[in-house]
Amino acid sequence: MYADWPLLSLVIWTPIIGGILVLFVGDERPGAVRKIALLVSILTFLLTLPLYSEFNSDSYLMQFVERSSWIPAFNIEYFVGIDGISMPLILLTSFTTVVVVISAWEVIQYRVSQYMAAFLIMEGFMIGTFSALDSILFYIFFEAMLIPMFLIIGIWGGANRIYATLKFFLYTFIGSVLTLVALIYMYTKSGSFAILDFHNLPLSMTEQVLIFLAFLVAFAVKVPMWPVHTWLPDAHVEAPTGGSVILAAIMLKIGGYGFLRFSLPITPDASAELDWLIITMSLTAVVYIGFVALVQRDMKKLIAYSSIAHMGFVTLGFFIVFRIMAGDGGDQGSILALEGGMVQMVSHGFISGAMFLCVGVMYDRMHSREIADYGGVVNTMPMFAAFMVFFAMANAGLPGTSGFVGEFMVILASFKASFWIAFLAATTLILGAAYTLWMVKRVIFGEVANDNVKALTDINKREFLFLGILAVAVLVLGLWPDPLVDVMHPTIENLLKHITISKL
Amino acid sequence: MTEFIQPNLLPALPEIVMLAMACLVLVVDLFLPQERRGLTLFLTILTLVLTALAVIEVAPADSVSSFGGSFILDQLAVTLKLATLLVVVLVFVYSRDYLVDHDIYKGEYYVLGLFATLGMMIMISAHSFLLIYLGLELLSLSLYAMIAFNRNSLSASESAMKYFVLGAMASGLLLYGISIFYGISGTLDLNQLAAVASSKIEQYPIPMAFALTFIVVGLAFKLGAVPFHMWLPDVYQGAPTSVTLFIGTAPKIAGFAMTMRLLVDGLGGLQLDWSQMLIALSVLSLAIGNIIAIAQTNFKRMLAYSTISHVGFILLGILSGTANGFASAMFYTITYVITASVAFGVLLLLSRKGTEAENITDLSGLNDTSPWHAAMLAIAMFSMAGVPPTVGFYAKLSVLQSVVQVHLVWLAVFAVLFSVIGLFYYLRIIKVMYFDKPGEDQVTTIQQAIDVKILLSANGLSLLGLGIFPSALMGYCILAFS
Repeated sequence: MYADWPLLSLVIWTPIIGGILVLFVGDERPGAVRKIALLVSILTFLLTLPLYSEFNSDSYLMQFVERSSWIPAFNIEYFVGIDGISMPLILLTSFTTVVVVISAWEVIQYRVSQYMAAFLIMEGFMIGTFSALDSILFYIFFEAMLIPMFLIIGIWGGANRIYATLKFFLYTFIGSVLTLVALIYMYTKSGSFAILDFHNLPLSMTEQVLIFLAFLVAFAVKVPMWPVHTWLPDAHVEAPTGGSVILAAIMLKIGGYGFLRFSLPITPDASAELDWLIITMSLTAVVYIGFVALVQRDMKKLIAYSSIAHMGFVTLGFFIVFRIMAGDGGDQGSILALEGGMVQMVSHGFISGAMFLCVGVMYDRMHSREIADYGGVVNTMPMFAAFMVFFAMANAGLPGTSGFVGEFMVILASFKASFWIAFLAATTLILGAAYTLWMVKRVIFGEVANDNVKALTDINKREFLFLGILAVAVLVLGLWPDPLVDVMHPTIENLLKHITISKL
Repeated sequence: MTEFIQPNLLPALPEIVMLAMACLVLVVDLFLPQERRGLTLFLTILTLVLTALAVIEVAPADSVSSFGGSFILDQLAVTLKLATLLVVVLVFVYSRDYLVDHDIYKGEYYVLGLFATLGMMIMISAHSFLLIYLGLELLSLSLYAMIAFNRNSLSASESAMKYFVLGAMASGLLLYGISIFYGISGTLDLNQLAAVASSKIEQYPIPMAFALTFIVVGLAFKLGAVPFHMWLPDVYQGAPTSVTLFIGTAPKIAGFAMTMRLLVDGLGGLQLDWSQMLIALSVLSLAIGNIIAIAQTNFKRMLAYSTISHVGFILLGILSGTANGFASAMFYTITYVITASVAFGVLLLLSRKGTEAENITDLSGLNDTSPWHAAMLAIAMFSMAGVPPTVGFYAKLSVLQSVVQVHLVWLAVFAVLFSVIGLFYYLRIIKVMYFDKPGEDQVTTIQQAIDVKILLSANGLSLLGLGIFPSALMGYCILAFS
């Protein structure tokens, strides 16, 4: 029934137009602004559902394709479409935006319309990034989404917000400009900006290495990978709760998505040649950043570092493939690694979002993110404590939650490559549990620490709502990941085929 | 004895209309009392509109030359003239309230502005050394007077003096180069020069290189490329903001036209030589412009350094030496000028009686006091920084594309890295507007006439519009060089 609809365009432009509408309703009518924003975000979410239900999961081809000429002078097209890699991430985006709008309901009182508009417009840009098949279109969405995030952190952020938001913008921008040059270079060789044409463009080893490095800078900053991760803790700490949620749940995923869409298929030989670099960076993120997380005193910072460690699994999963193929791990192992990375991305979207929302709930009451200011929260907020402990367990990778599935798949695949890589990766099970549970122990359990904690009130219905739906999502994905794995399977197989064929 | 041939006046119809109307405005204004000064503005706008209509009326399908080949009307000239006229209309409308507030709401401002515009139109259509120089001087002399227009302002007089001395020197250098070329080739006509240039270079390599260098230096002075940029920040800062808006916008288009006529039409055969020089100029402009802009606290000065860095980008397009590159440089120039009008336009509105809004701190908390203007200025800043989906991104993309096409990838990498440095100071403006709180003595509300509001909004939103749909304008730019 949706065959004739330009569904992807609707999904991209509905939130953007809705956001502009919200902007014009104005700050004088916050009530109306909230309702319209919620309506738009739910409408967008509903529009993304057919992308899943009508998706043909037996095909690796791009689906829901819309293609028309846009800037003929440079053969730039309005070319969108999705496959098994991008579709789950689009659903994650539209879902998370609904949660963010609900979470801001009473909390944000200053310039409500600009806040809501920024999130809605950003949603459109992020979905656009995931669905763009023309590289310039991708780049435009990729960069444009920095603007709302820059304003969100800068206007509604914490004390040190200006430093954080400038650092965020400049880091990401400097990372991506080299990509632009790489894209233009490939355009002059191929005469097209379409990503799928780049996939089949023959490139020499030198070209591949340079292009790979240009992509690496852009996506490594976005993921973020060690050692270019330092903007993330700053940005997370200063961002308002909603900003942290979007940043952790979606924006980081764009880096991972970039590796799958650009780096691996466009420069397979350079990726194989330089896989040691990514694997080292990923393992450092997992182990070293895990230790760094352990010593944090600020809850948001701790979760930010845990995000970096978890995203290390994603990049490890994507690039361990070359080691598996070099050994005799076979295709099964490689597919397991790639799918593990993807599952980890989606799962991390839910869990990190939920963790930041939990901190937000406490921050709204206490106006402190310091672990030391808390203690014994379970006595005054039992319902909240249950959620927090559950999400913490998921963050630590407890079997039965989504956090377990992805990590387990990647570790399992790593064994086919090298015992030691798998061993180092597996330390996350200890480290992740250590830093998350230790934080929970200090914040949630124990005696009531002070009068402020004693005065806390438990979560209201609105907070129960958004934590509840996230908890369901984490549990469902943890117990039954098949629907997710099935839709991406043909795409991952095809991607693997692309990686194995040398372009030289 | 040669017969006097009546030249075909039709291609010059727009210039003739403008000259006649400018004289009319000058005379009419004499008889107007101060409270009826609005009529002068009305007539001025009418002049510009009539001229634009004349340009459209005489626009040829191909290209027409007249006055013995020294005047040319082609697609390039038509597009650039229309862009110039449009921008001048914006300038005059934006500056009205500022002029009233600063007691310089005088007819001479408009008359001088019209003559400057006439100079630019002549520069755009000129196809011989002589006419180029005439147009340039008509523009420059009008500008000197406009800068010194507020005679009570010391800084304005100082910058007028500075501009005059340095401008005269640049004209001198240009003339010197022209005279050497005349000596070698025996012609002032660019077409004839182009025909002999490549053969003469074998014969007189040293004098040719010498002359070319002087021409390029003269152009670099007029465009404001490093290391010939010194006048730019001082003039931008010292001039009344309404004049800064004028200098910072339309003359860039004329400067681009002059560069194209001289280097490409006339000296296209020496492209290998001048593109090397332009590489140096553009690398320096990108580096110095962007780095020094970071240190500025005065918004006008900052925009001056930002202009320098944008000139670096425009030169990148020209130096690639391909039709594609020229079209991108043209697109870049036009869109930069449109962007700059927004930035200066907002700044003009912030200036009030007796005070000049020119420091970056004067913009603090603009989002609280006037969110609409803050949004327009933010779009302009993002566009100058080249962040999509604004037009600045597309302009940079097309220029970079032309540079990569001629295998100067390192130059493209250099340019993008320095535009990241540039991004910092544009972001600082947005930071001041959006994240800081307004100061005590700040203007709380911006009062403005409805026509200013409509034009400024259209101007600001056009940056987004052109960014999302650049094809039409890009089409005209490509047509100009096909």
